[in-house]
Amino acid sequence: MALTLKEVEHIAKLARLELTEEQKELYREQLSAILDYMAKLRELDTNNVPPTAGGGLTQMILREDESRPSLSKDALLENAPNAEDDQFKIPPVFE
Amino acid sequence: MEFEPVIGLEVHAELRTKSKMFCACEVVDSTTAAPNTTVCPVCSGMPGTLPVVNQKAVEFGIRVALALECEVQQTSIFARKNYFYPDLPKGYQISQYEQPLAINGKLIIRTSEGEQTIRLRRVHLEEDTGKLTHVERDGKSYSLVDLNRAGVPLLEIVSEPDLHSADAARAYGEALRDILRYLGVNSGDMEKGVIRFEANVSVRKKGIAGADGHPPLLGIRTEVKNLNSFRALERAIEYEIERQSKIIEAGRTVEQETLGWNEARGATYSQRSKEDAHDYRYFPEPDLPPLVVEQNWIDEIKSKLPELPRARYLRFIEDYGLTAYDAARLTEEKEVADYFESAVRGLPSTVQPKVAANWMLGDLFSLMNQASKTSEFFKNSEAWNRVRPEALAELVKIVSEGQINQTSAREVLNEMFESGRGAAEIIAARGLKQVSDESFIAELVSQALKENPNEAASFRSGKTGVVNFLFGQVMKKAAGRANPQVVRAELEKQLAQ
Repeated sequence: MALTLKEVEHIAKLARLELTEEQKELYREQLSAILDYMAKLRELDTNNVPPTAGGGLTQMILREDESRPSLSKDALLENAPNAEDDQFKIPPVFE
Repeated sequence: MEFEPVIGLEVHAELRTKSKMFCACEVVDSTTAAPNTTVCPVCSGMPGTLPVVNQKAVEFGIRVALALECEVQQTSIFARKNYFYPDLPKGYQISQYEQPLAINGKLIIRTSEGEQTIRLRRVHLEEDTGKLTHVERDGKSYSLVDLNRAGVPLLEIVSEPDLHSADAARAYGEALRDILRYLGVNSGDMEKGVIRFEANVSVRKKGIAGADGHPPLLGIRTEVKNLNSFRALERAIEYEIERQSKIIEAGRTVEQETLGWNEARGATYSQRSKEDAHDYRYFPEPDLPPLVVEQNWIDEIKSKLPELPRARYLRFIEDYGLTAYDAARLTEEKEVADYFESAVRGLPSTVQPKVAANWMLGDLFSLMNQASKTSEFFKNSEAWNRVRPEALAELVKIVSEGQINQTSAREVLNEMFESGRGAAEIIAARGLKQVSDESFIAELVSQALKENPNEAASFRSGKTGVVNFLFGQVMKKAAGRANPQVVRAELEKQLAQ
């Protein structure tokens, strides 16, 4: 299942990735190969198999509505590249 | 050219649970809490963490679905909605897509045109997002992220495009807010952003039927996001109806797009162009198995549903003889309706419930308003405790028995509200008890007529309107405490002599 270059560009845009022309071609090939591999699954007859959700989990376990302590602010922000006023500081986002 | 607007609404309501949707972080008021104080590895999207669904959030969702007469699905599925925006650090929102919690409901709204049934497409569970603040500081521009709200349970309620005016959309929003409050699943505090709207708006030429007797085709719609108040909802829809009508009238085509609402400018603006149309790449959440809801749980939740605003509204009109307007105001908030019914229970059967309604909607509400500065004053338990329903009933009873007149009663209510004391006690302390003694009143009337011979004469010569002046003179002498009916009767009697 060969992806088009345009599809690669679309996926890159959704992932906010900037790709060079060489990378686009490289990823087009690699992603196509992955899709081909996954397409093998289509060879199975799944007509009588219900769709799966939740991976290997079969039964939903619900949690009692009780709160527990959260992370400390320091621990939370420790690995953030930038923080200010106890918040994550990121490049400007406008919508 | 006349246009018919077609509107569908998506309502996002936070669910008032103790903990978040998929983790045990406390749900706090994100408008006031210190930033990032209720965030854990799950809701901050750390690798290797797993979501676990909050049972109460599911229960609240089912409660709302049942109140909206939806079919609750035995099996529903959580899905990932993928998008890149820093309000959710995982890079996706856990939501429900193909198999929502509930489908096919309805909500009956009231507008100036009467009642209307709005069909509901679906109700599903998801998580709220964090809060971004855009900062301009020292010549630099950046954003700050607070994740306290990220992961708070959120219920999305989607209507069919059955609304045809901004007015109806507002009525729908308000009816839904009232239900959410009655169910105890949401505070209804619009100013805190716990209920948000998205409106899908299109217009079509009126009176043009579709082919083969089908209803007319829908026009191209726009989606207005992030409407956080009823006013914004109403104004944004009105703006879109006018904007789209003008475009079509000019022979151009409305562009399908996502719009924001600028409150200050009172205008919508383009947020995303068509090329950037949503591509959320939904897929079933691999970390959560299907949500299976047993019928006996649904039945149990159903059996505990409170009487809902519309049922109560109809019952108030039927049982208490209230006007539609009064019944609507009294049933908007559950606490207000409860208060009214408690007060009515304290009234003797000779007093119409309508009288208690008048006292509540008039004097008591205005006292509450002055004291609490918020329209939702019944949430302010302090104000609500100052005059208990039994105390109001006592006052209404005393007035109905003619023990004090209306003017005195107002003063008494003021003092009850200020001091928390009972009506009888205040009346006794201030000597406000109404005088109905006929010989005493006859004496006052006779004095007043003697002091105002000209007015008495002009009454007798046919200028009967002057009786109000004379009535005022008598009441003045009685310091407002004379029984007005007795005074009027006595005045008429003596003037006829």
